[in-house]
Amino acid sequence: MADNNPFPGENNTGHIWDDNLRELDNPAPRWWMIAFWASILWVIGYAILYPMIPGLSGFTKGVMGWTQIGEYKEGLDEVEMVRGEFEAKLKGMTAKEILADEGLSSYTVASAKVLFGDNCAACHGAGGQGGPGYPVIADDDWLYGGSVEVLEQTIANGRMGVMPSHAKLLSDEEVDKLATAIMSGNPTAEPLFMSKACFACHGPDGKGMQALGSANLTDSVWRFAEEDQLASVKLTIKHGVNDTSDPMSRNAVMPKFGDRLSKDEIKKLAVYVYKLGGGQ
Amino acid sequence: MSNSPQSKHDAVVDELYAEAIHWKINTGEEKIHAKRIPGTWRALKWIASLVWVPFFLVPYLRWDDRQAILFDIPHRQFHLLGVTILPQDFWMLSLLLLFFAILLAVITALAGRVWCGFFCFQTVWTDVFTWVEEKLEGPPQKRIKLDQGALNFTKLRIKVTKHAIWLVVSALTGISFVAWFIDVYQLWADIFSFNLGITAGVTILLFIGGTYGLAGYLREQTCFWLCPYARIQGVMVDNTTAVPTYDFHRGEPRGRVKKGVKDAERTTGDCVDCNQCVAVCPTGVDIRHGQQEGCITCALCIDACDAVMEKLDRPKGLIRYESLDVLNGKEERPLLKRPRVWIYSLVLLFSLAGIGYGMASLDAIEIKVIHSRQPLYVLQSDGSVQNKYVIKVLNKMTEKLDVTITASGIDGIVVVGTDEPVSARKGMVTPRTVFVRIPRENIKTESQPLTFYAEATDSSGTKLKSERISVFIGPK
Repeated sequence: MADNNPFPGENNTGHIWDDNLRELDNPAPRWWMIAFWASILWVIGYAILYPMIPGLSGFTKGVMGWTQIGEYKEGLDEVEMVRGEFEAKLKGMTAKEILADEGLSSYTVASAKVLFGDNCAACHGAGGQGGPGYPVIADDDWLYGGSVEVLEQTIANGRMGVMPSHAKLLSDEEVDKLATAIMSGNPTAEPLFMSKACFACHGPDGKGMQALGSANLTDSVWRFAEEDQLASVKLTIKHGVNDTSDPMSRNAVMPKFGDRLSKDEIKKLAVYVYKLGGGQ
Repeated sequence: MSNSPQSKHDAVVDELYAEAIHWKINTGEEKIHAKRIPGTWRALKWIASLVWVPFFLVPYLRWDDRQAILFDIPHRQFHLLGVTILPQDFWMLSLLLLFFAILLAVITALAGRVWCGFFCFQTVWTDVFTWVEEKLEGPPQKRIKLDQGALNFTKLRIKVTKHAIWLVVSALTGISFVAWFIDVYQLWADIFSFNLGITAGVTILLFIGGTYGLAGYLREQTCFWLCPYARIQGVMVDNTTAVPTYDFHRGEPRGRVKKGVKDAERTTGDCVDCNQCVAVCPTGVDIRHGQQEGCITCALCIDACDAVMEKLDRPKGLIRYESLDVLNGKEERPLLKRPRVWIYSLVLLFSLAGIGYGMASLDAIEIKVIHSRQPLYVLQSDGSVQNKYVIKVLNKMTEKLDVTITASGIDGIVVVGTDEPVSARKGMVTPRTVFVRIPRENIKTESQPLTFYAEATDSSGTKLKSERISVFIGPK
């Protein structure tokens, strides 16, 4: 083709279409070639500095020693540095002292959220709102007391209150009477309250005793809140709580966290729970 | 008969190529060495360039104990004189950008690419760079000769000096830019102690490279091929826009001045084809072909043409600011009858009003109320209902404030957790968890509005306030 090229001297490749459409063989622009060689140099530099070429047993590591996980860990260290300051302070303080310091208690609430989510939220809900059979811990009603020291003990040692089953001691009629009186908020008005020794645990005024973890029967908060509250109260009276002799008895156990969590973690959780809304 | 379609075809082809004769695209094969001549527009151009002086000097101003204008990105604070703007106020930035975008549009619609011709940093810096070049290397002819000449000591000395000056200007540009973002005195100290941070250092280097390359080498090629605004502004120009225009009615046919021919006997137009308008053009266009993409409407050709006309005793203004409509004998439409002027002005007013409102209502403290959603409410032992809120107190002052929180709006409201005022850290957000209790009987609907108030007194005794409406949620 080169012999009869109709457009000689213009450096075409000899590929000609439609009479005059032809492919030229001009060099690429200089700036383009510079960029081309510069990018090749870049790749070489990159390959020397950074991990790059895969092999059968691993890959080239690069002289900078950079790794993705390393960079991630550096970032983590930075976060830990910021936290470290607070954590060091928290170590030497009691829960009560933490509560007195607004900045530290804010930090504790923010950082204990994960602990709470991992250990507490399954039963007590993400915001302490409780669940069927599990108590609300965002309100101001506490079976064992709502001071931060008691909260710490509760978390560390767990709780298991006992209310005996009355299935054999009370008739259905008596259970009805007691339940109705409790629902009205005035259990002491019912003579059975005294005669059947309810007062022994729930106190002569029906307000419960924190030393025993017995419920306050006069307030508006139910330990076992259910759709049909009257039926729930009757069930509790009849079968009790954690009474092993009665298979129908309610099951209510707060597990012990003292051997699962460190003292500091428990301290932080106590502050967190205290701050949920009901701390006393 | 048979050759009639053929002649028609030929006419179309002629017309097609008539324009192509003038169609020369500047792709930078030939370096433009524009001639500099004095004149009105030249003087105006220098004056317009002065808007860039504050770019270099303002960072050195102080306000109280800090830089008067500082865009502190690491701390997410903008300091403008006495005002501190935090990310929360950033909506004003969008209005500011809108304002400038529309300002560009309205000016371009009325008077062409004024930004390009007089104010753009590319134009101004190129102007300064070529001024340096002219001072060192002489007028265009000498420059071309110097470029073509062999390298000798004189050439080397001139070139080295020129590039050194260019680099110094570039460095000052980069440092001045960075100085808007970090403390300028610290910046200079860091530079001289080789202690510059990586971000600042890289930014300065990029600016040096950018300024040196764009103003020193690419020059008008930037306007031709890099800059989107050049194209955007091109489409904003219409027939009513006054731009530097060659009056072809008066100028054509062009003809060289013949000695001894009296003006009355002249058969040619006023244009003497001296090419001065092309010689002075910084982008190398010939204005006599009409408005075109390369024209940045810097009006330097007007100066050149007027100077020639003056010498030849012909009326000035053969090239002048004129719209195409007026040139073609149409009546000029008054400004107030142009819908674009009205629409642009309204948008300008809107954005200005928005910024004005924003600046006037910049509270020194601001609260945000986040209602806790898990749980929405908690029943209390006394039968009341409790909601939990996180109050985020933003303190924009430069001092610590004790902010008192209150709430009202529902009968029997009890607010827990506000006995102690919030000690709000300066320039930061301080959260406070607050509980609100409402007696059961006062809860009328699932959701009732209530308002939180924040109050503080600063060290000068001024009362600062902020409020925010939130909701109280109760059982059905």
